Amino acid sequence: MLGSVRSVVRRDLLLAARRRSDVFTVVLFFVIVASLFPLGVGPDPALLRMIGPGVIWVAALLASMLALHRVFAADHADGTLEQMLLGATPLGVTVAAKVAAHWLASGLPLVVVAPLLALQFDLDQKSLGTLVLSLALGTPVLSLIGAIGAALTLGLRGGGALLSLLVLPLYVPVLIIGAGAAESAASGLGGEAQILLLAAFLVVAGAFAPWATAVALRISME
Amino acid sequence: MSLLADGAALEAKALECTRGARTLFSGLDFSLRGGELLRIAGANGSGKTSLLRIACGLLEATGGSVRWRGNDVRRLREDYSRELVYLGHAPALKDDLTAEENLEVACAISGIAASRASVRSALASLGLAGCEALPARVLSQGQRRRVTLARLALAASVPLWLLDEPFTALDAAASERVRALVAEHVGRGGAVMYTTHQEIAIATGRASRIDLGPGTS
Repeated sequence: MLGSVRSVVRRDLLLAARRRSDVFTVVLFFVIVASLFPLGVGPDPALLRMIGPGVIWVAALLASMLALHRVFAADHADGTLEQMLLGATPLGVTVAAKVAAHWLASGLPLVVVAPLLALQFDLDQKSLGTLVLSLALGTPVLSLIGAIGAALTLGLRGGGALLSLLVLPLYVPVLIIGAGAAESAASGLGGEAQILLLAAFLVVAGAFAPWATAVALRISME
Repeated sequence: MSLLADGAALEAKALECTRGARTLFSGLDFSLRGGELLRIAGANGSGKTSLLRIACGLLEATGGSVRWRGNDVRRLREDYSRELVYLGHAPALKDDLTAEENLEVACAISGIAASRASVRSALASLGLAGCEALPARVLSQGQRRRVTLARLALAASVPLWLLDEPFTALDAAASERVRALVAEHVGRGGAVMYTTHQEIAIATGRASRIDLGPGTS
């Protein structure tokens, strides 16, 4: 079972490495959205410091949504997904491996780039650390929840729009808590409570989302 | 050595399949034991692929049941899929991976242990020696089909093979090779169920055939 998990993760990362433009598109989108805000709202440092965490979180959320439809679409189109459904490993485990690989290729780069963008908003050291930590815990939750939506809308015409409508309400709590973490840290309250909540989200989503996704995939493949 | 002990391994009872408002087939019974070959014939749209997908558990039949060693295949899930190889219409190949990587991943997903050396020899046995390191993107249609079929050369220990049109897009030599693989598998006590349009004789002991009729269009 571990062999199959390792090989699925390795394969998806290999595919991402051979198709680097997909990864760059997501990161570039994130950078562009987050950079346009200071240009749009003006250079007042106090204002930028205030909206910074929220803007970066919204940009990260949109960027990860941009990559979402790709989790299963290619495997669905070429028949690999059928083979995964008929694999020797429980489907939930395979799904977890795919989501992990998807996050490594599309979520982790956002976490890595975020500190650079935070400079534009003049975030101090402490809230910057909290922001990065909240993104590192929050973006995997987005990928896990998004995978359920991606599986449900697989092969549907206009699935992209439907997918956004479907997962957006579920993304909102993560956004509020994630952005709240850095804001609390900046105001001196400390963002530990929000960070712990995000960690709890991650544990719960990690435990349940892959199985829900597996059920959704079986329905979509009928 | 026999892969499957005697007694029905795969057993379908009163299968019915409806797609949209059309009934493709109903009241279909068949059983498949170790050392048997079952060919599904029928016109386009007569439900051959649907029947195979029901047999491997991807599709739920509108009525009836498919049992593997006495248990419903939809309940067995990976306990059943570990014992079968299903090759569908879709090639299940990644354009950006090489033939060798594709085959390795396919084996890992379906739980077939395959070393790099055995993967190479499987590809060579289907006439793909020298193509191992080429991305699937640059292979021809027939060559891609061969990469998919190379899994059969590694799946000797998997008792049940379900093959959807295994001979399409193959030249005479490859088609002959696939025929030999199927005959070998049946010879060692495996069970094979396949669909084809072509009249291809496979020399084995026990062969049977289901005719799904001319299709309803």
